[in-house]
Amino acid sequence: MTEEPRPYTLVAELTYRCPLRCVYCSNPRDFARHGDALGTDDWLRVFREAEALGVVQLNLTGGEPLLRDDLEPLVEGARTLDLYTNLITSGVPLTRERLARLKAAGLDNVQVSIQDVTAAGSERIAGHRSFERKLEVARWVKALGLPLTVNVVLHRENLDHVAEVIALAESLAADRLELANTQYLGWALANRRMLLPTREQLDAARDVAREARRRLRGRMEVLFVTPDYYTDLPKACMDGWGRRFLVVTPDGLVLPCHAAHTLPGLSFDNARERPLAEIWQHSAGFQAFRGEAWMPEPCRSCERRTLDFGGCRCQAYHLTGDATATDPACSLAPAHALIEAARAQAQAPSTEVIYRTARAADGV
Amino acid sequence: MSEPRTLTADSRPVVAAKARLRWDARSSRHLLLYPERGLILNPTAADVIQLCTGAHTVADIVDRLAAKYAPQPRETVEREVLTFLVNMADRGLIREHDD
Repeated sequence: MTEEPRPYTLVAELTYRCPLRCVYCSNPRDFARHGDALGTDDWLRVFREAEALGVVQLNLTGGEPLLRDDLEPLVEGARTLDLYTNLITSGVPLTRERLARLKAAGLDNVQVSIQDVTAAGSERIAGHRSFERKLEVARWVKALGLPLTVNVVLHRENLDHVAEVIALAESLAADRLELANTQYLGWALANRRMLLPTREQLDAARDVAREARRRLRGRMEVLFVTPDYYTDLPKACMDGWGRRFLVVTPDGLVLPCHAAHTLPGLSFDNARERPLAEIWQHSAGFQAFRGEAWMPEPCRSCERRTLDFGGCRCQAYHLTGDATATDPACSLAPAHALIEAARAQAQAPSTEVIYRTARAADGV
Repeated sequence: MSEPRTLTADSRPVVAAKARLRWDARSSRHLLLYPERGLILNPTAADVIQLCTGAHTVADIVDRLAAKYAPQPRETVEREVLTFLVNMADRGLIREHDD
């Protein structure tokens, strides 16, 4: 692969609306202020322009993408462009008939989120009764011959259930199981005292996942994404700012990551107003953290800067107030004590839950 | 479910449902795409994947590749093809064709 920035993946956030109210939702806290401004033709143009820029992967996500009644023509348009199209869904609003139509339109993969291995545990996280429904949807996916990804966001209340999660994914004949530890931004940061696990929980879960990966090799891909709060190394967030990913929000903002518009002082362009290629190459927001010129020490002279690209800008801002700071997840970061303090808090967790609601956005 | 790591000369590999091959004009390479990922294939790997339709045995695939890449010895081609196919099977990107 060359070093020239090329977007391989377009994350199309078709709507921020969702029937679930998950406590770790990755949508911005002010989600309710962003309407679905892009129409079918707008999205189809975005797909065309993205493909022309090099995009080959399309994630149809949200919110809940099924709440758009034009999902079928969008999938069809994506397939015409030969994009690998992945529907990332709660499954809740789906019918088997609609899933069959989406398959006929050319959908490549369905990713269903599961919150926990019991109805009660799921409802506590999602703020919605959806567990049985999700299992039914996952079974339809396989019954219709579509590949199934099961995605489970991990945190202190379900990390001890990873063995059962794996058994559930096996029973659903999932092709891929994503065990993704919570990223503590947005809603998850507001709920961090409830969600952040202990190191012991994490280590035990990782061992279980590693064993399952070995046992299931070739049948079910098992991914385990470690939380950067316990790695002492920052993650290569988005494979680097403006290097591989394009995110388009429901109201048309074109971003290098799904939380970039929460950073102050950056300007991002709208896909309705400027061609995607121009935005990718020239938008001030995309340029802001490309390359290494923005990096402070210790990043600037660090040999890992070409591996982690300085970590997560959103995490730097939301923890330190400075988007150019070294990601506090790094043990070399001046602000690493913030991470250590959060870990210490994990010994005395909170059980208080803040659900994703428009009203809660103003209160947290 | 078949055990992919037991690929033999008689196996008839097929690209898994989750994977899809596409041409990438920018790199002039085939890409094997699967959820959230993709592999950039070199021309030989692309030749092999294009033969993973369930219609060809591994032995067939080796014969075709050996003919195309003569004068490479068949044993060399066979070793490389098998290594590649086992790797692809371990990633769940090909499986044995169901009869």
